[in-house]
Amino acid sequence: MSAATLTRHEEIEPQRQLASVTKPLLVVLPFVVLLLAASLLPDWAVQVPKGWTIPFVDWANTVIEHLRDDAIFGLFSFRDLTRAIAEMITLPLAFVEGLLVAGFPNIGVAAMPWVMTAGLSGVLGWYLRDWRLGALAAGCVAYMAIFGKWELSMITLSVVLVAAPIAGLIGFGIGILAVKKQWFEALIVPFLNVLQSLPHFSYLIPIAVFIGVGHKAGAIATVIFAIPPMARLTILGLNGVAEEVREAGKMAGCTRFQTLWMVEIPSARQPLLVGVNQVIMQCLAMVVIASFVGARGLGHDLLFRLQALKIGQALESGVAIVLMAITLDQLSRAAAHKEPAHVSSDATLLQRFPFLAASVAVIAASLLLATATPIAQAWPSELTLSTAPFWDALVDWVTVTLYDPLQHLRNAMLLYVLIPVRDLFQSIPWIAMVALVAAAGWSLGGLRLALTVSGLVLFIAFAGYWERSLITAYMVAVAVLICIAIGLPIGIWASHSERRTGIAKLLCDTFQTFPSFIYLIPVIMLFKVGDVAAISAIIIYAMIPIVRYTIFGLRNVPSEIVEAGITSGCTRRQLLWNIRMPLAFPEIMLGINQTIMFALFMVIIAAFIGTKDIGQEIFRALTFNDAGKGLVLGLCVAFMGLTADQLITAWAAKRKQRLGLAS
Amino acid sequence: MTEAKIACRNLWKLYGSDPAGFLRRHGGNPSIDTIRAEGYVPAVRDVSFEVMPGEILVVMGLSGSGKSTLLRCLARLIEPTAGEVMFEGSDILAASERELIDLRRHKMGMVFQHFALLPHRTVLDNVAFPLQVRGTDRQKRELRAREVIELVGLKGREGYYPRELSGGQQQRVGIARSLAVGPDVWFLDEPFSALDPLIRREMQDEFLRLQRVLNKTIVFITHDFDEAIRVADRIAIMKDGVVEQLGTAEELITCPATPYVAEFTRNVSHDRLLSVRAFMAPASSRKPDAAAIQAQALLASVARQVLTSERPVDVVDDAGALVGTLSRDSLIDALYGKEEHA
Ligand SMILES: Nc1ncnc2c1ncn2[C@@H]1O[C@H](COP(=O)(O)OP(=O)(O)OP(=O)(O)O)[C@@H](O)[C@H]1O
Ligand SMILES: [Mg+2]
Repeated sequence: MSAATLTRHEEIEPQRQLASVTKPLLVVLPFVVLLLAASLLPDWAVQVPKGWTIPFVDWANTVIEHLRDDAIFGLFSFRDLTRAIAEMITLPLAFVEGLLVAGFPNIGVAAMPWVMTAGLSGVLGWYLRDWRLGALAAGCVAYMAIFGKWELSMITLSVVLVAAPIAGLIGFGIGILAVKKQWFEALIVPFLNVLQSLPHFSYLIPIAVFIGVGHKAGAIATVIFAIPPMARLTILGLNGVAEEVREAGKMAGCTRFQTLWMVEIPSARQPLLVGVNQVIMQCLAMVVIASFVGARGLGHDLLFRLQALKIGQALESGVAIVLMAITLDQLSRAAAHKEPAHVSSDATLLQRFPFLAASVAVIAASLLLATATPIAQAWPSELTLSTAPFWDALVDWVTVTLYDPLQHLRNAMLLYVLIPVRDLFQSIPWIAMVALVAAAGWSLGGLRLALTVSGLVLFIAFAGYWERSLITAYMVAVAVLICIAIGLPIGIWASHSERRTGIAKLLCDTFQTFPSFIYLIPVIMLFKVGDVAAISAIIIYAMIPIVRYTIFGLRNVPSEIVEAGITSGCTRRQLLWNIRMPLAFPEIMLGINQTIMFALFMVIIAAFIGTKDIGQEIFRALTFNDAGKGLVLGLCVAFMGLTADQLITAWAAKRKQRLGLAS
Repeated sequence: MTEAKIACRNLWKLYGSDPAGFLRRHGGNPSIDTIRAEGYVPAVRDVSFEVMPGEILVVMGLSGSGKSTLLRCLARLIEPTAGEVMFEGSDILAASERELIDLRRHKMGMVFQHFALLPHRTVLDNVAFPLQVRGTDRQKRELRAREVIELVGLKGREGYYPRELSGGQQQRVGIARSLAVGPDVWFLDEPFSALDPLIRREMQDEFLRLQRVLNKTIVFITHDFDEAIRVADRIAIMKDGVVEQLGTAEELITCPATPYVAEFTRNVSHDRLLSVRAFMAPASSRKPDAAAIQAQALLASVARQVLTSERPVDVVDDAGALVGTLSRDSLIDALYGKEEHA
């Protein structure tokens, strides 16, 4: 069979070679022609005429106002309904908060002593992996107590502990329904795609309208934001259960419900727990950003200090958030990787239930300790340490010694890179952009893809924010190019040995757990505000996926192919450029795809430090509670991401298939 | 005559975009070339056979010939594209979901090619699973599970999880699980192929011993012809979804229906399989010799006597009447094939 395919390959080879040259040409040709002829084109073809704007924003606002004000359910409006639902979160939230930090004054019960929280976290870490994780978890909690972040961090933690299970359960339910009902999957998956590429702020605006502002609203925003990843991973996990295992369930005579409950869900335990990890991390990222609608906790503290430009103190809060992120991530990851193991039949009760036993011991010991010394109940404020002086000194030092070089770098970036690229982007006629995207879609996936992606771009054009979108596009483009220029070599370097890969992966994993908002702190410190600062923040954040995917792609080139290269006498360089790179390229493209997504997320958050793009408009919509505008702008951003995503995924799939790497 | 336990008639299973429509367009019997040309995968094509109560039918064939698919159609784990499957005389394809569940809970057991154990359950819980599903209380089902676990030689591993066991051990858990409910009909998809030769032999013996006691109706898939000969009442040889021949091992070897079957059976050691009857020459009716041999005796058991005898040895049937003679030359031909002349 392989001989037959080989000969057929050779026959079409000349044709394909011709096509491989002409096809990309055909794709960019209309774009180049239109770009060069921009001055000859009529005005309406260059700038989207004001009169052509389709009033999506007004429509959205009409719907939203109707939902907000009119009693569509007879007695009450949709907003009354959403507010009533939102009320339901107050009880669990108050309970967890009471347990961790506030206590229950009206029944005279104090909060858990901090040593108990630390001890229980330690036991959990130890049970899930080993004593080192236990030490990390306990140490993290102790840090919060000793360094004066106790209340803030426990409030943040309470939101995560309440929001994550709710979001997880809802996402899980959606996932199950999608797997069981085809029509629901067809309906929900595109919706999830859009939701997952909506920037954080777009979630906040409708929340502000329908629920209001405040801590509770922040918690609700957090729940909603974390649902899509869980739903997605549930679908993935359940679909990944081996057909034979499902059949084994059927042969045992399982009803549908038994199959789902006793066979499919437990077998998909690992991907589901990875979903839980995602939910927790998304919750933490969102609860930080939800401080914009009034969520309390560490995020609020950070926002407040950044607004006051107190960088040293902001860094102190940032460190607390980062510590919390790392600990939560490590714990939930350990839970996902923990495999059940047998216990010997003559084990004692203690060996059978180690977690329970240790927890009981910790609770008893810490209650005793708390009665013995008040320090164990609540860390006294006069003993609180602060790292702020250290950070302040660091910031001062940076400002004094690095001021000149940083200024030069900043000016040079602006003058020679950013401004020219921005001008170039702004001179692109909109029809040229549509032509480019449509042609690319057509060549990669035929008419269907061409229609999809040009539809997405036309939406952006006619929504009335074309110029702002171009600024966003330019910032993302510059940032992504720099990410590639830096991230690709790092990935190549890291893929050379097991040890380097390990280090790079650890760094990527760690950096990825940080809530995106954190990345604003160092760039504000270095560049204050403006485009250079924004682009730097995007670069740091969006570098992670390109490095990760490059390593993954290069390391997963089938070893026989590499060995074949070695035996034919390739040098290391030849091996890299002729064998490993081409084969890893589709994977690397998927990394670039992710980098674009990350960049789009970050560019919107960077509006906080004064950009002039779509993010700034969203930001303004948030302050004026303009939900319709916020939504439409959010869709513009999501559609930019989806356009890139659709094109790159189609390309990578095609390429993989041709290389015979399709899985 | 007793009724067949399982029967299938003109069973088809094709994979592709619209297999049912495709089959209809081609009058229900497309050729393999048409199937392939239109991009369909032929998994089972026009298969008909019956399995009698207490019979062991072995299905053999190369990888991808459709054995597992055929088995899944019989258990209705997948819907056939066309054809009929009868289980104890009733149409299983017309059974409701409830009836199917009942059937599987009480009458069918299956051992899967890739074990299909539940990763989150211990050996004990895996084996007890079918009992749990039908609502047996914990104590009873664990008692029963321990019984069958001991039967397959895994006593002491009850608390282990599947990933803590070797492939062979996992397969034995799969076997134990399928035995837990005591099914009438047992579907076995390469049950012993993950075992090492010694254990395999042991498990085959155990299997045959069990079968003598339990007398189940069995459809058994294997790659190994020697295994097939040991356990089978009849053997079906499949190729590209079609049953090329179905018969006893002896029939397959002595008169293969197609060159493929002949190729398949070529390397089998004939002496432990073939009986005298197939190779004897007819004899005129007379009183048999005192040293006559039985017609259904295996060649291996009479080889010494025939080879050391100067003249053909008399062959008698059960009643002791002469039915033929077996000469030294025909025995040698039977064992080593006819000499080929250039
Ligand atoms: N779900 C499916 N979709 C498409 N094709 C399938 C599917 N399941 C099986 N096939 C195809 O049907 C044919 C028969 O498969 P089957 O698993 O029955 O083979 P088998 O005889 O059991 O092989 P093996 O000895 O390797 O287990 C194969 O060509 C296989 O590729
Ligand atoms: Mg098979």
